[in-house]
Amino acid sequence: MSEMTRPAMLRFPKLFRRVDPAVATAFACIVLLLIFGSLNEPNFLSPDYLLQQLKVASFLGVIATGMMIVILLGQIDLSVPWCVAMGGMMACAAAAFGPVGEALAIPFGIFCGMLIGLVNGVGVAYLRIPSMIITLATNAVAQGLMVVYTGGFSPQDSATAAMRIIATGELIPGVPNAVIIWAIIGAGAVFLLTRTTFGRAVYAIGNRERAAYLSGVDTRRIVLIAFAISGALSAFGGVLLAGYASKAAQSMGDTYLLPSIAAVVLGGTSILGGRGSYLGTIAGVILITLLQSILSVMQMPEAGRQVIYGIVIIGMLLLYGRSPASR
Amino acid sequence: MKEWRYLIAEQRSTLLAIGIFALMFFIYLVNHPAIEGNGFTATAVSNVSQTAANKAVLLAFVAMAQTLVVITAGIDLSVGMIFILTNCLASWLVVGTPLETAFGVVVVLGVGLLCGALNGLIVIVGRLQPIVATIATGSIYFGLALMLRPYPGGSVNEDLADALTGRLFGFIPSSLVALAVVVLVIWVPFSRSLLGRTAYASGSSEAAAYMSGVPIGKAKFLAYTLAGLLASIGGLFLTFFTYTGEAALASGNAYTLFSIAAVVLGGVSLFGGKGSAIGAIFGALAFRTIGDLLFVFDFDPLWQPLFQGVVLLVAVSLGAFALFRVRNRLEWFQ
Repeated sequence: MSEMTRPAMLRFPKLFRRVDPAVATAFACIVLLLIFGSLNEPNFLSPDYLLQQLKVASFLGVIATGMMIVILLGQIDLSVPWCVAMGGMMACAAAAFGPVGEALAIPFGIFCGMLIGLVNGVGVAYLRIPSMIITLATNAVAQGLMVVYTGGFSPQDSATAAMRIIATGELIPGVPNAVIIWAIIGAGAVFLLTRTTFGRAVYAIGNRERAAYLSGVDTRRIVLIAFAISGALSAFGGVLLAGYASKAAQSMGDTYLLPSIAAVVLGGTSILGGRGSYLGTIAGVILITLLQSILSVMQMPEAGRQVIYGIVIIGMLLLYGRSPASR
Repeated sequence: MKEWRYLIAEQRSTLLAIGIFALMFFIYLVNHPAIEGNGFTATAVSNVSQTAANKAVLLAFVAMAQTLVVITAGIDLSVGMIFILTNCLASWLVVGTPLETAFGVVVVLGVGLLCGALNGLIVIVGRLQPIVATIATGSIYFGLALMLRPYPGGSVNEDLADALTGRLFGFIPSSLVALAVVVLVIWVPFSRSLLGRTAYASGSSEAAAYMSGVPIGKAKFLAYTLAGLLASIGGLFLTFFTYTGEAALASGNAYTLFSIAAVVLGGVSLFGGKGSAIGAIFGALAFRTIGDLLFVFDFDPLWQPLFQGVVLLVAVSLGAFALFRVRNRLEWFQ
């Protein structure tokens, strides 16, 4: 940085100076998408439409928050699809058990997801199984459990009033509740990652687990907790989705695996762990949601959407998600 | 005397996979209704194994594909989607006169090669992580499959299909013969070539392989490309069995997942550098047999996904026994 630009940079608030190029690129892509979208559809930039997008984004945002913590560790959580479905289904199932069940529906759904996360965590941290494998296996087990539970059909139980309110209501006029929930969870994640020893340990493990262990961090406990959080947040995303659609469905989680990973990685978090900010994840989530929205506004059929989606993600990763050349 | 011990030690995991398969298949055979009714006659055994082989061979091809990539310490989460894409393509092209059919087969295999090559290019030249890159390319391949077959349908050259799914000399399932031919034509030359050994070396330790001056990039590219080819052979066989093409997302995901399970059961190390496609093939056969045991014992088919998931979970947890050999806790973090 030359002497000329330095004073100018100092005038920016601290937050902006810390922004890394990947996050800036992600935000730039959001602006591009907004412009492109408004060319196709004049209503695209109206506040109503954008708020609606933010509401849809908040479901992905909640799920991506858990994914981000796991990716920061240098691991990955592929059990998201059925954690989401399990959270939604179990919450709806609890709702069928009278008033007590109705009150406990949301915590019970989250609890089920957390159990899956705990199994993942034990496998990765204590049994040293590669996370990619154990989470695929628990995903299959969760799917099997849900197939047995539902008998292969979408369950008939519907979401409770509370679930519908947190997903679709507006406590503050004009601001959907789902967005508020995402904001709360996001604030919690930022606090956890930047202001607590847990957060420091997560970054440390992501950089080099061996070094973190030798520095006295109980790395196995941290990994276990991180996976439990990821499972719980995925399930919470499922609860929100079930509230939004007012019931749970078999494959409700399938469409959230790639987007949640993509959102985190497009937000500049290194897939190898140890590097990344929550601001980037927010950018990634909004980016993915806008992309999906534009593709559906353009009335692209599902097949084309899948293709473009994959191409765009690879293209953006090639822009700024490449790992350094070995050697 | 010592020579054969080394040989056995080298092939231990493959032999273990063969053992598991033999045991499971024996239990399966003994309890199968067709054999319980008729006794251990040659026709009954050959009937049962033909059906079992036709199902298991599909997974065996996809598992072989996964093995090639896993050996280089990568992973290909798009194999299931290449499998589905080539199935849809074959349901359009592998029809008509023998010449047209042959042309169709070549095109289908070529598309598989291209898909694999694209994965390889993105991972090696693009330097993206294989997990994310192949999930994304998998999405592309599935989209293409959906364009080809928005609804299940199509047909296939039934003479060819029946020849490859029937029995040779009235006894040997011809799909198994096809599997053996593919192993001889693709796996054996690959694993014995310089590039094959380089693939093992780069999976074992990429830095050491680089220092030794072996062509890492070429070897990895070949591994990904051949993986695409093998997945497309699987897709071709799926068309031969079902006579149709269908862009089923769940089926693609399941095959990707099961291919990893088969690879793990077959003793291929997910950290790279260890294992063989032969092991993975027997892992695939064993996994399919275990899944079908439920039918033999008359369980509700609803329990099958859970049962397969638990088998997978147990199989991957078995690797944890290596922890007992760890002398220094720092070895946890490799």
